[in-house]
Formats: sequence, C-alpha cells, structure tokens
Amino acid sequence: MTLSHFSAAVLFAVFASVVFGITQRSTSREQVRYGLYCFAMFVGGVFVAGWVMWLLRR
Amino acid sequence: MANTSTTKNGVAAGTAAWSAMSALAPALGWLIPGAGHLVQKRYVRGLLLMVSIVAMFVIGLLLQGHVYQPNGGDILDILGFVGDVGAGGLYILAQVMNWGQGAISHATADYGTKYLIVAGLLNFISMADAYHIAIGKKP
Repeated sequence: MTLSHFSAAVLFAVFASVVFGITQRSTSREQVRYGLYCFAMFVGGVFVAGWVMWLLRR
Repeated sequence: MANTSTTKNGVAAGTAAWSAMSALAPALGWLIPGAGHLVQKRYVRGLLLMVSIVAMFVIGLLLQGHVYQPNGGDILDILGFVGDVGAGGLYILAQVMNWGQGAISHATADYGTKYLIVAGLLNFISMADAYHIAIGKKP
C-alpha cells in the first residue's frame, strides 16, 4: 500500500481527530465540534507547513 | 454516594464495584482498543475509538512501518517501543506474527512507523478516558 504525503496526512488527521474529540470533551455536541476543530487544525497545519517549505525552498 | 450500600463487614459494595471497573476498563481498553468504553455501555464512542485506532495501526503495517522491539537499546527505539506498546493486543499480534520487521524501503514507510506509534499513543488516551468514565469523572 502506498499513500501520497497529503492523503497520509489527511487520514492521520481523521483518526486522531476522532479520538481527540471523544476523549477530550464530555457531551456529544462538544465532541463533534472539537473533533471537527482538530481536523481543521491538522489539515490547516499541513497547508501552512507546505507553504512554509515552499517559501524556504525558493 | 447514591449507589453505595454497606455490607456486614463494613465494606461499601458500591465502592467495590467502582474499583473493579476502574481497573478493568483501562486494562481491557489497552488489550482491545475501544473495549474499555464498550464494557461501560458507551457503544458509539467505543466503536469509533476501536475503528480509528485499529485502522491507524493496520494502515501503519500496510505502509510497511516498523514495529519497535522491547530491547531496542537506542533511546529513540525505546520511545518508539513505548508508543507501539500502547496498542496492546495489536502490538502483541504484530510481534507474534512478526509483522513490521522489514527494512524501510520508501518514504511513506516512515509514515507507517509514525502511524503505528500514534495508534498506540491514542490508545493510551482512550484508556485514560475509559478510566475517567469508570470513576464517574466523565459522563
């Protein structure tokens, strides 16, 4: 099995966000919201890191 | 405590049950990811945790990630082992079946190694959550 860097990072974000959401909040609504927040932060971080590396490479 | 009753020799029955679950849930959760929640009737949470952690571990193996051994020697290998061993039964199965012992031959195999470690670390968090539910700290 091979994954691109991006798909590996997105899959990682999905699984980690599910666990963070469930374990770090109490109510179902808060869990969903926190899970989505974590996912957005993970994927946003991937894009930010990608652009930083692009700038460093120039 | 509302559900505590005192037995003949003065031991609180409710406290005894609470203690048993507070030990059982994390132990079961370590052995089978998500089982610590399932045994406490948190079925949706337990299944989501199980699917996430098992999928992460399996993808890590499919990416040809490295499973660390207990006797690594190097400090980074020991830390990798601590992460891996969090996956409990999955780690034991990987050791028995001799999975994850090949040389890392391509870039994404390193992702596989990280997936395996993080699956174990997430299971540690899941175990702590199961414990908090068992002691009544979390609903």
